[in-house]
Amino acid sequence: MKQPKTIIQKIWEKHTVVQETEKPDLLYIDLHLVHEVTSPQAFEGLRLTGRKVRQPERTYATVDHNVPTINRPLIRDEVARKQMDTLRSNCAEFGIRLADIDHPDQGIVHVIGPQLGLTQPGKTIVCGDSHTSTHGAFGALAFGIGTSEVEHVLATQTLWQNKPKTLNVQIDGPLGPGVTAKDLILAIIGTFGVKFGTGYVIEYTGEAIRGLSMEERMTVCNMSIEAGARAGLISPDETTFEYLRGRRYAPDAAAFEEAVEEWKQLATDKDATYDHTVTLDARKIEPQVTWGTNPGMCLPISASVPDPALIEDQDEKNAVQQALAYMGLKPNQQLTSIEIQHVFIGSCTNSRITDLRKAASVIRGRKVHPSVRAMVVPGSFTVKMQAEQEGLDTLFREAGFEWRDAGCSMCLAMNEDVVPAGERCASTSNRNFEGRQGNGARTHLASPEMAAAAAIEGRFVDVRQVMAPTV
Amino acid sequence: MEPINTHNGLVYPLPKRNVDTDQIIPKQFLKRIERSGFGQFLFYNWRFDDDGQPRQDFTLNEPKYKGASVLIAGDNFGCGSSREHAPWALLDYGFKVIIAPSFADIFYNNTTKNGILAIKLSEEQVDYLLKQAEKNSYILTIDLKNQIVYDNLEFKAGFDIPAYHKHMLLNGLDEIGITLTYADQIKQFEQTHN
Repeated sequence: MKQPKTIIQKIWEKHTVVQETEKPDLLYIDLHLVHEVTSPQAFEGLRLTGRKVRQPERTYATVDHNVPTINRPLIRDEVARKQMDTLRSNCAEFGIRLADIDHPDQGIVHVIGPQLGLTQPGKTIVCGDSHTSTHGAFGALAFGIGTSEVEHVLATQTLWQNKPKTLNVQIDGPLGPGVTAKDLILAIIGTFGVKFGTGYVIEYTGEAIRGLSMEERMTVCNMSIEAGARAGLISPDETTFEYLRGRRYAPDAAAFEEAVEEWKQLATDKDATYDHTVTLDARKIEPQVTWGTNPGMCLPISASVPDPALIEDQDEKNAVQQALAYMGLKPNQQLTSIEIQHVFIGSCTNSRITDLRKAASVIRGRKVHPSVRAMVVPGSFTVKMQAEQEGLDTLFREAGFEWRDAGCSMCLAMNEDVVPAGERCASTSNRNFEGRQGNGARTHLASPEMAAAAAIEGRFVDVRQVMAPTV
Repeated sequence: MEPINTHNGLVYPLPKRNVDTDQIIPKQFLKRIERSGFGQFLFYNWRFDDDGQPRQDFTLNEPKYKGASVLIAGDNFGCGSSREHAPWALLDYGFKVIIAPSFADIFYNNTTKNGILAIKLSEEQVDYLLKQAEKNSYILTIDLKNQIVYDNLEFKAGFDIPAYHKHMLLNGLDEIGITLTYADQIKQFEQTHN
């Protein structure tokens, strides 16, 4: 009888080029996504050694981290402009496709890959960006790499990789009404911590995962790295295939049906075993908000900020004290009492069309609170156009939101979209690290719906109450 | 990259868990297109105030840690972003060895590509080393070949490292050069792989 396997093992075996003792495996890379920040030194390395890009057609580049989201194509930051110019000349020199700042396919690298159908089940996908785990939503093995590895993939289309351990994150039961994929992944990290995935590739399984749309699955897989896992994936199913059908780089017509038959074989076999399994009941999850300085410092909206006095472990106590000092919060303060000055709806976690639709559904007929500056940054130019066709831009603008061009923007504030020191932002992004959105800025991670509700109220509220039918 | 065999250096203790790469090198310094010169920006927001003056309350600014080349830190060091600017900044500042109970996966990989030795020791061992380095000017010797860390008093600990990483670090090898010796296998693989 054939040994049952996980999807992780199946993809690994199909991509192993060389296997030798006392060495990692040499793994073939199907798709390499490139952006302006982590690639210049890699291309320079190729030039210095006289090496070429082995498979330019397996490589796709865009600009996202640095791009301004307003008044394009003007780029006032000269250092940023130089980095974008460098990518442009590198792509021209090495023959790589580039969705440049004025290109209709431009957008956040983890939004455009799936949108174009470049991301497909069973592929190995890398990018010099830790949120490459996003593409795992399609049943691809996708992980972030450093610049030395970017250079290695450009030159050889391979990477030496140790076979990862496998971790099954099983989510039982459906999510409750008004509870989102973002709440789910925040609850997973809040429950199991920011390093429970270190050394593993996660496979998300269970009823709650099967019930998610592709864009919701991307939100979950996106934040695998915040749990320590380089990659997190979901076995492909009909939801995956339907999303891919008709996309530009997906197989077309008859080839598509053949591909589907092949993709169906990828799903983890019944009886396959994992190195470790954790489970969580989705029915018990409430909308989540982070209160601290890493994504594990997260609680249900009905909760209060932790009290360090009640924590016994000294290291943990110190960490909570430091986080509260940075965040300007008091122990035992209700999360619903936290007032915010900024709202950011965007990032590779939550900037897709369904994210914008969901945020819009909360905003409809309401206004942004007078003390809040709120912005929507669509994940790609295509998402922006689609939202405008649906009239979402008007809805957001009339409510008091700024409506911007696509990019990473305020998620990491490399461009001009910065939260000032000491001010607080309800953000749909993925990291609430110190200084992430600006030196001294205070980030609270939440879903698009929760961020939208916070924009209206000027403080965090349970979006389920905002949306409750009025009597 | 520079080979490492044995290293003898002053220890700087950073008793924090989950030090993320945004802290190691904040985003405003990621726009440069060079690999060098990042040491001046290491831990920038912790080291310097809004006016760019050294913060008195950040211990790396204390004269007794000047010239430190061994960094001891808490659990899950290097979590977050994949930016290789983090090991570039550490190395350029002068750190050759980092010791912690655990490292984030991408950061760990990035250190090995740049000739930084990242060593995992137990929580107890790391706590002991942190305390020593906070009290005195504390020197550690790291012997990669024999996989041991020791001081000149009583501390001595073995550590594990994957054979492949050890080989690369000991010899300061160019990994791409090695991989290209497998060009035939890669080509053969590509002929049947779609």
